[in-house]
Amino acid sequence: MGLLDILSALMLLAGGLLGIVGAIGILRFPDFYTRLHAAGITDTLCTGLFLGGLAIHFGFTLATVKLGLIFAFMLFTCPTASHALARTARHNGLEPWKKGDRVA
Amino acid sequence: MMLTAAALAILVTMALAIVRALLGPTVYDRILAVNMFGTKTVLLIAFIAGMADRGDYLDVALVYAMINFVAIVAVMKYFEYGDLGHAGDQTAGKGGDH
Repeated sequence: MGLLDILSALMLLAGGLLGIVGAIGILRFPDFYTRLHAAGITDTLCTGLFLGGLAIHFGFTLATVKLGLIFAFMLFTCPTASHALARTARHNGLEPWKKGDRVA
Repeated sequence: MMLTAAALAILVTMALAIVRALLGPTVYDRILAVNMFGTKTVLLIAFIAGMADRGDYLDVALVYAMINFVAIVAVMKYFEYGDLGHAGDQTAGKGGDH
């Protein structure tokens, strides 16, 4: 097992951990905005780590370029989707959760 | 081996996201969960490409990422304006309130 394999395995491990943490956050946080924070923050880094680990696995081929394209696209669309989602919710009058409120 | 473990982690994430999509009290929670589900589907397709050692499957992942984004934005526009053909906020950028 070479150094690159170990690096790839570490990136995949960190990515999987971040993904599961984000999913637990989306399940356990009390309201929409806090859930958005959990999902929006973990998604991009999780994607980057996974695609980086895969790129090391594939080696320097055309597949790496495609992975780079997927990553670049995700890097722009994930925050944009989060922003638009928060804006839509606020525009339609969804109030943020405050301490002491009932958990929705 | 590592790819399989990572794919299993993605599947766990997708399962938790779909629980939130089914529970979610507001429609925004559901959209958020479905968005996360779609993102993880893209990664899962990429992992299938890695496990089969076929780089051409990555095209599918790329197209899925684009469709996912467009679908999420379209659904949100529908819920913000109640109409997919709406021209958006007309007062924005013209010195309006926001």
